[in-house]
Amino acid sequence: MIQYIIRRLLYAVPLLIGVNVLTFVLFFIVNSPDDMARMQLGQKYVTEQAVQNWKRQRGYDLPLLWNAQERGSERMTETIFFQKSVGLFLFDFGISDSGRNIGADIKQRMWPSLALALPSLLVGLLVNISAALLMVLFRNSYLEVGGIVLCVILMSVSSLFYIIGGQFLIGKLLKLVPISGYDDGLNAIKFLILPVLISVVSGIGSGARWYRALFLEEVEQDYVRTARAKGLSEIRSLFSHVLGNAMIPILTGVVVILPLLFMGSLILESFFSIPGLGSYTIDAINRQDFAIVRAMVFLGSVLYILGLLLTDISYTLVDPRVRLS
Amino acid sequence: MVVLWTDGLIYLLVVMVTGLGLYMRGQEHLRRPWRKVTGSVIGMLSLVVLLFFVIIGLLDSIHFKASGKSNEIISVLDYWATPLREHQEKTYSAPFSAYLYNKELMISESGQQSWGYPRLVYGGRHLQDPASEKLQDIAVKLSLGLLKGAGLFAVFFVLLWSLRREQQRTLITGRAARAVWLLLFLLSSGSYALIDLSGYYHVLGTDKVGEDVFYQTVKSIRTGLVIGTLTTMIMLPMAILFGILAGFFRGWVDDVIQYVYTTLNSIPSVLLIAASILMVQVYMANNEQAYTSVVVRADMRLLFLCLILGVTSWTGLCRMLRAETLKLREKEYVQAAQALGVRQGMILFRHILPNVMHIVLISVVLDFSSLVLAEAVLSYINIGVDPTTYSWGNMINGARLEMAREPVVWWSLGASFLFMFTLVLAANLFADTVRNAFDPRRVENV
Repeated sequence: MIQYIIRRLLYAVPLLIGVNVLTFVLFFIVNSPDDMARMQLGQKYVTEQAVQNWKRQRGYDLPLLWNAQERGSERMTETIFFQKSVGLFLFDFGISDSGRNIGADIKQRMWPSLALALPSLLVGLLVNISAALLMVLFRNSYLEVGGIVLCVILMSVSSLFYIIGGQFLIGKLLKLVPISGYDDGLNAIKFLILPVLISVVSGIGSGARWYRALFLEEVEQDYVRTARAKGLSEIRSLFSHVLGNAMIPILTGVVVILPLLFMGSLILESFFSIPGLGSYTIDAINRQDFAIVRAMVFLGSVLYILGLLLTDISYTLVDPRVRLS
Repeated sequence: MVVLWTDGLIYLLVVMVTGLGLYMRGQEHLRRPWRKVTGSVIGMLSLVVLLFFVIIGLLDSIHFKASGKSNEIISVLDYWATPLREHQEKTYSAPFSAYLYNKELMISESGQQSWGYPRLVYGGRHLQDPASEKLQDIAVKLSLGLLKGAGLFAVFFVLLWSLRREQQRTLITGRAARAVWLLLFLLSSGSYALIDLSGYYHVLGTDKVGEDVFYQTVKSIRTGLVIGTLTTMIMLPMAILFGILAGFFRGWVDDVIQYVYTTLNSIPSVLLIAASILMVQVYMANNEQAYTSVVVRADMRLLFLCLILGVTSWTGLCRMLRAETLKLREKEYVQAAQALGVRQGMILFRHILPNVMHIVLISVVLDFSSLVLAEAVLSYINIGVDPTTYSWGNMINGARLEMAREPVVWWSLGASFLFMFTLVLAANLFADTVRNAFDPRRVENV
C-alpha cells in the first residue's frame, strides 16, 4: 500500500511540473514582465524607471529561462522560472503584486471557504441522493416524469439567478437572514444558511439526474432481480443492494472534489462577501494581481492531483475487485 | 459587407452542418435515430425554438458598414432594429411605461416648476394621456400584430398545404407536426406583435443608460450561440483526434496524450480561463493599434474566449472517446481489417470514427447548454466577453445591484432570465431527445 502511494506521488511530480510550465508560459512568455508592469502602473504615462522598480520589487528583473551573466549552476537558478517555480513547490507563494503575503492570506481565508463548501457538499449529497432514490423507487410513474421535468427546468436556470433570487426573496423580502457578510466562529452560521441553501438548490437538477442514472443502471442488474425474487421489498433491495453498489461511483465522485473544497466557490463567496479563497481569487482577477492568480492555479492543481490520489486509494478500500497495481 | 472573425467561423460552421446533414441523409443507420427525434413532440418543439434563436443569431452575424457619417459596423439585425437602437431614453423606465423611472425637476409651458416623473422621449410618445389610453392602445396594437402574424402564417400554411398535399401528409397531420405548427404559429404571431409594439413602447423597459432592454437581450442571443457552438467547433477536432489516437495506438502515444489532458484538467478551469483572459487583455492593451474598432476588438475577445473554453473543455470528450476506442479496437471487424492489411489510417477513418460518432454528437448537444450558462458566470467575474458586447452575463452583471432599489428594477434581469432560460431549456430538452435516440445502450433502441 505504502509503495503504491509513493509511486502515485511520484507520478504527480511530472504533472505538477507540467502545470508549472503551462502557467509560466501563460504568465511570462505570452506577455513579458514589462507588459505586466505597464498594465499595473497605468498604460501610457509611465517611466522606464518606474517599470524597473516594479519589476525589482517583485523579482521579475531576472532573465526568463537562462541567465548568461552568471556562472555555473546559477545560470539556471538566477532566473524567473527557477525562482518562482521553486517557491511554488515549497508552498512559499511569496508576496502579491499589492505587497501582501499570499501564503498567510490563504491560510486565513481557507476556513471560511471550507465552512461554506463542506456543508453545501454534504447537504447537497443527501438531498440529491434522496431525490434520485425517490425517482427510482417510483419509476415508470407520473411522479418520476414530474421529477425529471423539474430537474431539467432546475438545470436550465443559471446559478446567478438562484443567487440573486434567493438574496432578494429570503434576504430582502422575508428578511430571514442577512443578505451578505461574515462573522467569526458560531456567529457565521446565520450568514452561511442562505448560501448553503442556494448552492444545494442550484445543484439539485444536475445532481439528482446524475445519481438517478447511476441507480437505474444498478436496478437493472441481475443481483437486484435475484434479491427481489427472493422476496425482498422494493425499498429493502433499493437501500441495501442498489445504494450499496452505487456507493462506489458516488464515493469516487465525492473524494475527487474533497481537497478542492478548500478553494471555495467563486461566485457564491463574492455575492455573499464571505472572505474565503473564492472571493480572494475573484478580487485578484479583478485587480489583475498575477502573483495571486498564479499561486491559486498552482494550489488548485495540487489539490486536484491530491484528489485523484485519494480517489485511487478509496477505490481499493471500497471495491474489493480493484487491486493495487 | 464586413466579415468579422466569428462571423466567418459561423458561416463555416453552417456549411459544415449542412454538409454533415447531407451526408447523414444517405446513411440509413443514422437516419433511423433522427426519425426518432422527429417523431418526438418535445424534441421537435425544442428544435423549433432552437432554430428560431439560430435564425436571429445568423441575422446578427451578417455585418456591414452603416451608411452615413458614423461609419460603424452594424449587422442586418441592427439595421432592422434601427428604431430600437435609436430610441435612447435618459435612464431606467419600466416595460411599457410612458414615464421615466426617476423623478426630475420639470418646467411646464407656463413656466411653473414641479417635481415629477417626466414623459419618455420615445416610449409611448404618441399618447396624449397615457393613464387612460395606454391599456387600450397596447391591446389594439397587440391584437393587430397578432392578426398580421396569423395572416402571414396562414398564407404560408395554405401554400404548403396545397404543395405537399399528396406526397407528405404526415408533415401536417403527425402528432409532432401538429405541435410544431402550433408553436410556429405562436412564435411568428408573437414576434410580429412584439416587433409592432416595440416601435411605440419599450416592451421590456430601458436600462441604466436608457437603452432598450428588448434590443439588448435579442442581441445577446448571438453571443450565447457563438460561445455554445464555436467552442464546440474548436474543441471537437482536438478531442476526436487525440481520443482516437490514444485509444487506438496505446503505448507512448496514449501516455503522452493522457499526460497532457490530466495536466490541463488539474488546473481549475475558471482559473485557467481567468489567467488566459488576463493575458489576452494585456496583449490587446499592448497592441492597441491592431484593434481600431470597438466591434472588432470585442469580436476578437469573444473568439479568444471560445478558444480558451475549447482548450479547457476538450478533455472530457477526449477521455470518453479514448475509452470507447479501447473497446472498439478489440472488436472482430477491426481485427479483420487489420488481418486483411488495411492501412491503419483507413481503419481509424472507416471503422473507428463512424462508430464513436454517436458519443461525439451526444456530448456536443449536452455541452451546448452548459457553455451558454458558463458565459453568464464568466462575464460576472469579468473574464467573459468584452464589456461592450451584448450578452446575458453582462446584462445580469449590470442589473444585479438594482434589485436593492425601491421600486425594484427587475426588467433587465427578467428579460435575460427569460431568454436564457428558454434557450438553455430548449437545448437541454433537445439534448435529451438526441441522447435517447442515439445512445445504443438504451433498451428501446436495440
